[in-house]
Amino acid sequence: MLSFKDFGRACVVALWFMVLTFPLMVIKVNPIDRVITWRWHNMVWVGVGSFLCYLASRAWQIHRDARLRRIRLGQEEEKEPLSRRILQNPSIYRPLLAAGALFFLAFPGLFSTYQTNIMITALMYVVLGLGLNIVVGVAGLLDLGYVAFYAVGAYAYALLNLHFGLGFWTVLPIGGLLAATFGILLGFPVLRLRGDYLAIVTLGFGEIIRLILENWNEFSHGPSGISNIPRPGFFGIQMSLDQSITYLYYLMIGMVLFTIFVVNRLQNSRIGRAWFALREDEIACQAMGIDKTRTKLTAFALGATWAGMVGVIFAAKTTFVNPASFTFLESAIILCIVVLGGMGSIVGVIIAALVLILLPEYLRAFSEYRMLVFGAVLVIMMVFRPQGIVANIRKTYRVEEG
Amino acid sequence: MNPILEVKGLTMDFGGIRALDHLDLHVNQGEIVALIGPNGAGKTTFFNCLTGLYKPTAGDLLLTPPGGRTRRLGGLKPNHVTRQGLARTFQNIRLFPNMTVLENVMIGRHCRTRAKVLGAIFRDRRTRQEEREIVALSISILEELGLADMINEFAKNLPYGAQRRLEIARALATEPLILLLDEPAAGMNPQETRELDELICRIRDKGLSILLIEHDMKLVMSLSDHIFVMDYGRKIADGTPEEIRTNPAVIKAYLGEDVDDA
Ligand SMILES: Nc1ncnc2c1ncn2[C@@H]1O[C@H](COP(=O)(O)OP(=O)(O)OP(=O)(O)O)[C@@H](O)[C@H]1O
Ligand SMILES: [Mg+2]
Repeated sequence: MLSFKDFGRACVVALWFMVLTFPLMVIKVNPIDRVITWRWHNMVWVGVGSFLCYLASRAWQIHRDARLRRIRLGQEEEKEPLSRRILQNPSIYRPLLAAGALFFLAFPGLFSTYQTNIMITALMYVVLGLGLNIVVGVAGLLDLGYVAFYAVGAYAYALLNLHFGLGFWTVLPIGGLLAATFGILLGFPVLRLRGDYLAIVTLGFGEIIRLILENWNEFSHGPSGISNIPRPGFFGIQMSLDQSITYLYYLMIGMVLFTIFVVNRLQNSRIGRAWFALREDEIACQAMGIDKTRTKLTAFALGATWAGMVGVIFAAKTTFVNPASFTFLESAIILCIVVLGGMGSIVGVIIAALVLILLPEYLRAFSEYRMLVFGAVLVIMMVFRPQGIVANIRKTYRVEEG
Repeated sequence: MNPILEVKGLTMDFGGIRALDHLDLHVNQGEIVALIGPNGAGKTTFFNCLTGLYKPTAGDLLLTPPGGRTRRLGGLKPNHVTRQGLARTFQNIRLFPNMTVLENVMIGRHCRTRAKVLGAIFRDRRTRQEEREIVALSISILEELGLADMINEFAKNLPYGAQRRLEIARALATEPLILLLDEPAAGMNPQETRELDELICRIRDKGLSILLIEHDMKLVMSLSDHIFVMDYGRKIADGTPEEIRTNPAVIKAYLGEDVDDA
């Protein structure tokens, strides 16, 4: 039950939130009339709201702890998590999958070009998330500079097209390979690093790539970027803008399916198991005969490949690249997708990417609060479900009879 | 005949501390050799040097597979040592907690299999065949160790004794010539210890050699063909269980430290 102390804490939390949101929620400056409106009623709402939210979360925590205690004492059966029950029951997930497939196939027909464009972006982040998931989620290497590989892909298309007139379909694999090469280049110096140290070095790597693109004018055209990049072609057919967006949408769907296929196979292979083991215990992993160096490098390279390919698609979609598209914020968002989705879970990452990219778009109605809501969703997720949307699911095997 | 494992003058310094001091030791093919000594004697450090986790300051580590050529293990990376045929367990269990029991053992097969990235993506015949073999062999090892009914459990959810056995299973999956066990009976109840005793004998009967660190003297005395006793990084005695039981130096080292049922 909630104790007196919890109510005390709730008051402190409420006060804290009232102070924290004071500048945003209470003060409103009208620069034209040069007056300040004080909206004190907002402060009351924030106070009451956070007070109640805190109590609710406390009650939930107490309930959960009590249940865990009963499970430990053997008085109650441990329940399978909801996500696992859904994913392991074909009669539930098959219809869901079919409905999802139908929805995504019909999307450009049902919604406007504007919506389709947003969905293309979301699908690009699905692939980026799945790619980073190999490095961070599966192999456990905290990479904060993932956007660098994305930039490599985008500039590969922009520059190869500008100088050599290479087309989209030629550059798509080249961009992937180039990014993989950069992945290995980054991988070598950071092999010995772990955790925070690795995070800092990869962060630096991301910034270096961006700064090079920004300052090396002769090579990358600096901050003004490169424009007039052709959209992807389809056997030389001329397409209107709407048509080419629809085309790009289906191309992206294909790309997502391809990624899921490959990533899934990789995870359930000898190499995927080695990545997981590396994340779990590096020393035991080596003692079991796994080559740490090679395993880490393949993770970096294969993760980077997807970023490179999506980079090419990004350049083709926007027909314009400049360094401003490849800031640390991008890396952070992709990382959020992986963590929120559940480290190592393909389904989780897909859901997280769609939610994290679509949510801010459709929250535009609440313009000034949308980032606040976005942040709140992240915080709440991490408090209540630190393991992500879909928790770690491992393949199960049967012992053959006889 | 050469011993399968020969250690000559192994020395390991940590800054000013000499954890191993010119240690000599050998294991003959098919023997169970025990390494005992008071806490902090350097036993685990010896395993770490042997398996390549630490780089010894000096000394030679020689492995001679039956009917094969002698190889130096010193300076090899841990994964290469495992490939050469040394597999170990850890004093404080180091399983892969969020992987299933079966997957833990399948990891042990890594160094004996070869599927690459392209094989994993395209799943050609060879890869599928190899994957089937990995699963089958891992399951048969688990059956042998009495873990077959929990292959899909997460390793972290296993009871303590089962975790210790799983570590042995994982080590066996690497097809070692020598199995290195670091206090396998620690934390086990008498029943589990008896089962462990039988298990180690069974493994030996298959032709493996075993190097065993253990504090449980009853287990050591009943199992070992040969015992090495260490203290302060040095070998203070070696011989058959009978000789060790009556060795004054050993009694002194042990009475100084703990007065258990030794
Ligand atoms: N990485 C290290 N750095 C510094 N000193 C170390 C290191 N590893 C071990 N030592 C020291 O080496 C000595 C031997 O330790 P070791 O763990 O090998 O003992 P042990 O015989 O396995 O003891 P126990 O029976 O308690 O397991 C200890 O004094 C320990 O402090
Ligand atoms: Mg020890």
